[in-house]
Formats: sequence, C-alpha cells, structure tokens
Amino acid sequence: MIELREVRRVYSPGGTPVRALDGVSIEIASGEFVAIRGQSGSGKTTMMNTIGLLDRPTSGEYLFAGRPVSALSSDARARLRGRAFGFVFQSYNLLPRLPALEQVELPLLYQGARDRRRRAAGALARVGLAGRARHRPTELSGGEQQRVAIARALVADPLVLLADEPTGALDTATGRDVMELLKELVSERGLTIVLVTHEAEVAAYAGRSVLMRDGRIVEDSGAVPAARAGAGAAGEPGA
Amino acid sequence: MSLWDALRVAVGAIVSNRLRSALTSLGLIIGVSSVIVLIAVGQGTQKGVTDRIRGLGTDLLFIESSVAALTSQTGGLGGLAESTLSQSDAEAIRAAAIPGVSAVAPLVTVEAQAVAGANNVGAEIVGTSSEYARVRDLEIRSGSFLTPLHDEGGALVAVLGAHVAETLYPAAEALGQELRLSFAGGRITLAFAVTGVIEEQGGASEVDDQVFVSTAGIASRLRFLRAPTGDLRATQIDVRAAGGADETRLKEQLSELLLFLHETPEPDFVIHSQDDLIDAATEVSNTLSLLLGSVAGISLLVGGIGVMNIMLVSVTERTREIGIRRAVGATSGDIVTQFVIEALTLCLVGGVVGIASGVGISLLLDGRELGGQAMTTLIQPWSIAAAFLVAAGVGLASGSYPAYRATEIDPIAALRNE
Ligand SMILES: Nc1ncnc2c1ncn2[C@@H]1O[C@H](COP(=O)(O)OP(=O)(O)OP(=O)(O)O)[C@@H](O)[C@H]1O
Ligand SMILES: [Mg+2]
Repeated sequence: MIELREVRRVYSPGGTPVRALDGVSIEIASGEFVAIRGQSGSGKTTMMNTIGLLDRPTSGEYLFAGRPVSALSSDARARLRGRAFGFVFQSYNLLPRLPALEQVELPLLYQGARDRRRRAAGALARVGLAGRARHRPTELSGGEQQRVAIARALVADPLVLLADEPTGALDTATGRDVMELLKELVSERGLTIVLVTHEAEVAAYAGRSVLMRDGRIVEDSGAVPAARAGAGAAGEPGA
Repeated sequence: MSLWDALRVAVGAIVSNRLRSALTSLGLIIGVSSVIVLIAVGQGTQKGVTDRIRGLGTDLLFIESSVAALTSQTGGLGGLAESTLSQSDAEAIRAAAIPGVSAVAPLVTVEAQAVAGANNVGAEIVGTSSEYARVRDLEIRSGSFLTPLHDEGGALVAVLGAHVAETLYPAAEALGQELRLSFAGGRITLAFAVTGVIEEQGGASEVDDQVFVSTAGIASRLRFLRAPTGDLRATQIDVRAAGGADETRLKEQLSELLLFLHETPEPDFVIHSQDDLIDAATEVSNTLSLLLGSVAGISLLVGGIGVMNIMLVSVTERTREIGIRRAVGATSGDIVTQFVIEALTLCLVGGVVGIASGVGISLLLDGRELGGQAMTTLIQPWSIAAAFLVAAGVGLASGSYPAYRATEIDPIAALRNE
C-alpha cells in the first residue's frame, strides 16, 4: 500500500539545512497498524506528512498503491489526499466556528460527494457523538473533539488513517477510549493506520513498531502478516 | 466543490464575523450610493437648467453686447451703460424684414424700487416693445401687454410680472392702479399706470419678478439710459425665429446687419440661440457630473481597498483553517474560490445595499429646497449598472490577491502544533 524508498526531506530555513528525513525506506501493507516512535525532532511528523501527501520528498521515491506519487501535480495530490487519507492530529485541528456535523462533512464537500449529510451523521454516530451534531468545538470536551476529528478522517472511507499523537492532549482514560475506537475501526474496515506516539501503552495497540532517530528508521519490529491476508507482507531492510 | 457549496462556505464566514463584514461593506455601500446620488444630482441640475432655457420659449435668438456680456451686473444699470446695442438696432432688424424672423424686441433692463401705497419691492424694470409678448409667448392674466400705441406714444404704463403684482397689490386688483418706480437710487421717481398683469410663468422664470414698460415712455425721461447718439441703449435684443427657420443662416444675416449698422469690422455683439445656451449649460453640468462622479469614484476605490485589506487580514487569521481544508482534500483552486467568492459576496451585498440607498437618497432629495433652490435629481440607470459592475470588479480584484496569498500558505506549517 505504502512504499517509501530512500526518502529525504531537507528543510533549509535561512541557510543551514535540516535533514528531517534522511533516507527513509519502509513498506506498509494494507491493513497494518504501525506505531512510530522516536524523540522529538526525529522526523516522525515529517514522515506522516510525506505519506499523507501534504509534504513532498526532496529526493527518493514514494509509491502509493504501487503508483509513484511524488511527481503528481498539486491538484492531483490534493484529490488523492482527500480520497485516500484521513488525518488525526494531536491538537484536533477542527474549524473553530463549524458545528460537529459540518466538520465531518468537510472532506465530502471537497470531493463533491452526494448524500453528504447522511454520511457525515453516520460517521458521527459511529464515534458515539450522534447527540453532538450541532455542537461547536468550544462546546465539546477534548475527547469529544478528537472523536469528531476521527469521524472527519473516516467519513470519506479512506484507505489510510494517519494519526499524529492523537492521544497526546488527552488524559489516560480518554486516550484509552480513543485507542479502543481506532482499534475497532481497523478490524471493522481493514483500515491501514500509521500512528505517531510517545507512549508505550499506545504503541502496544499496534501490530508493528518503528523507531526513528535523526530522520532515520533505527528499529522496525517488521511487518507482521497483515490483519487481512493477501497484502503480501514485506520485510523491511532497516536503516 | 460546487459553486453553491463555495457560496455557502463564504456566507458562513461572512455571517460568523457580522460586525466586521458589515463595516467592510459599509465602505462600499457609501461609495456606490454616493456615485448614484452625485450623478443623479449632476444630471438633475442639468435638466433643471435646460428646462429653464427651454421655458424661455421656442426658436429664440438672444443678441447681447459683447462688452456688456463681459461686465454684466456692474452697478445699477447691470452693464447697460457699456452696451453697444440700442433700441434702433432692434427697429432696424424689424425694418429689414429678414425672412425667418417672426418677432423682435429690445430689452432695456434697469433696477428700480417699485412702490404702491405702503408696499414696495425691488424689481427689474424692462423697457421693451409690444412685440415682446410674441417673442416670449407671454400669456396675460388681466388687462393687456404693451400695445403698438404705447410703442409710439410714450405713455407711462407698466405691465407686471405675477409676483410683483401679488407683492404690491396683495388685496386689490392691480389693473388701473398707480405704480411708482424710483430709479437711480431714488433720484428720479416716475408714476406709471398698471395696464396689465402677466400670467405666472413658474419654474423660477425671471418674468414673474419683472415690470415691463414701453421704451418710448422711458426714453425721454431717463436720460442716463441713452447713448451719446441719443439712442436708447439696449441690454439685449431678443429675436424669435419663425418655425422651421435655419437658425445658423439667421444668425449670419443678423450678424451682417448689425456689423453694417455698428460700422465695425469685428462684431461688438454676440448672438446665442437657445441651443447654444443649452449646449453651454450641458457642458458645464457634464463637467460638474464628471467631477462629482470622480469624487464618488474615489470613495468607491477607498471602499474597495478596505475590502482587500480585510480579506488579507482574514487570510492571515485563517492560516490554520486553510491548512485544515488542504488536509481534507481542498485544492488550491478550492481555496482561491472560497476567498474570491467571499470578497465578491461582501462587495455585491454592499453594491446592492448601496444601490438601494443611493436610489432612496436621490428620491428623497428630489424637489427638496437646498440653499433656497429646489434640487432636482435624475437617477441614471447607467450609473446604477456602472456602480454594480464596479462593485463586482472591486470584489474580484480585492479577493484575488488575498486568495492567491492563501494558496501560498504551507499547509504543514499551518497545521503544526502550536
Ligand atoms: N517547515 C520546517 N522548516 C524547517 N525545519 C523543519 C520544518 N519542519 C520540521 N523541521 C525540522 O525537521 C525536524 C523533524 O521535525 P518533525 O516535526 O518531523 O519532528 P517530530 O519527530 O514530529 O517531533 P515531535 O515529536 O516534537 O513532534 C526537526 O528538527 C524540525 O526542526
Ligand atoms: Mg511531530
């Protein structure tokens, strides 16, 4: 499903180049639940953004579903991003003035999908927030806001869910609820999840654990055979 | 994303920031309505002036002394003292029987105090001939205008404009009453018999405030009105052309005759037709309209800059929102559409409200007294269309650059945890 080959991402704000990704190669099969760990600044978010087509590698190859995507036009990337990926962020990233239902509708809006209200309501109900459709972010708890964000990430039936420290702003119990929800969704839909976390407890939900340091992958528990067969689990040569 | 959805997103953003949106539109509302009002005032003034010139009658030619034309309204004689025209010029024109001339009358205009019993009023005294009634198509309310007998005889008779008659004889019938006119600051006072009252002309016509007397009557008594030759000076000679006469040719013929009479190679007089006056007035008021329109245009421009400014602020404020929208699949085109439509909606709402208030204010001003003069406003459909198009153009222009700036925002930076 996802294959990065020797991906480098160099930022050079004001001269000194920073290698946020320094030759990352990884293969993630459909249906895998991958946890990415590493110190602050090790390049986790940069890798997520690259996979989610928000960022473009400086060099290296990115194949998504077997197709090279680094060279796609910005519009084509935007459309693919909307259809294939769902994002969940540590800080929820909801629009401040929209009620929950319209937040969830957003990806469908940009796809020009039909039946948006009903699908959005369904996604909200799936995360247990059917009764919060008219609530704005300021009228929701942190856990509820993150559920709205998850509903928004899932409403367009993406192939991959990218979660960057989704429990980072939540207390332990609420974080656990969110992780349980994600786990159910994986088994329900065969969703591929890539999740960044600092917490060992959260990483334990994942079938595969990747450790990053200084823009490289230094440890990879290896692709366990995917939850669903057929994806052809690929070994990872390590950094 | 469909245009309809884009519009809903834009309206949502506008409504969620009510006060700011209202204030932003206000700049445009003021701009658009002032364009409409000021153009309506300019064009209304023009119509007022041309109506007044048309109200003088039809097919009129006015001969004026070029010297008097330059120094008019100096002293009590109002330029008469320097006038190169005389009563005999008018008689010569009549005697020449130029085809196409249907009536001629000289105007000897002088200021005087009119007194009747306890009432008195400052009035313009016009010495003229019996033909003036035909030149100007004057309708007589009671009595009669000056008659050919008065032209010869030199009797002191006066025909009053409607306002003069009402002021001097508020209770009684003016006809047959005595009227005392006091000239040259009271040094000469003459008693006249009122033989006629002219029907009210209305429309700010000067006739209502004038008193007509026969030239023969004043020629012998008011020596100061006479030129060294003994001729009675005329302020103006009015000529009425026969219907269908070629005015240009008529002007040439009159000009030739006067050049011969005055024995000068260069004309010391000017001949205007009514159309000339209308053209001149139109030119003046078009310049006025243009000036007013540009002032209003500047306020429209300022309104547009306000919209652009607010849109730029709005883009900066919504950096995170833009990042989120990009993350859920918005293309840069979607982002551009969102901000352009937002600016366009602000401007079009401002434009429509501005048109409504501009039309409303123009209608309110119409007929109002302003500085003692009745205002006329004439709403120009083209000014409404132009104001609307400009508002739309301003919306497009002031939305485009901020929208472009929005697409330049890096979604990764916009989404980074704060
Ligand atoms: N837009 C950018 N411009 C310059 N440098 C950047 C930019 N984005 C990231 N970096 C740098 O790249 C490196 C990797 O950043 P990244 O955000 O991927 O780290 P991270 O592993 O997600 O860290 P954290 O756990 O703190 O979120 C850091 O050193 C960071 O300073
Ligand atoms: Mg990070």
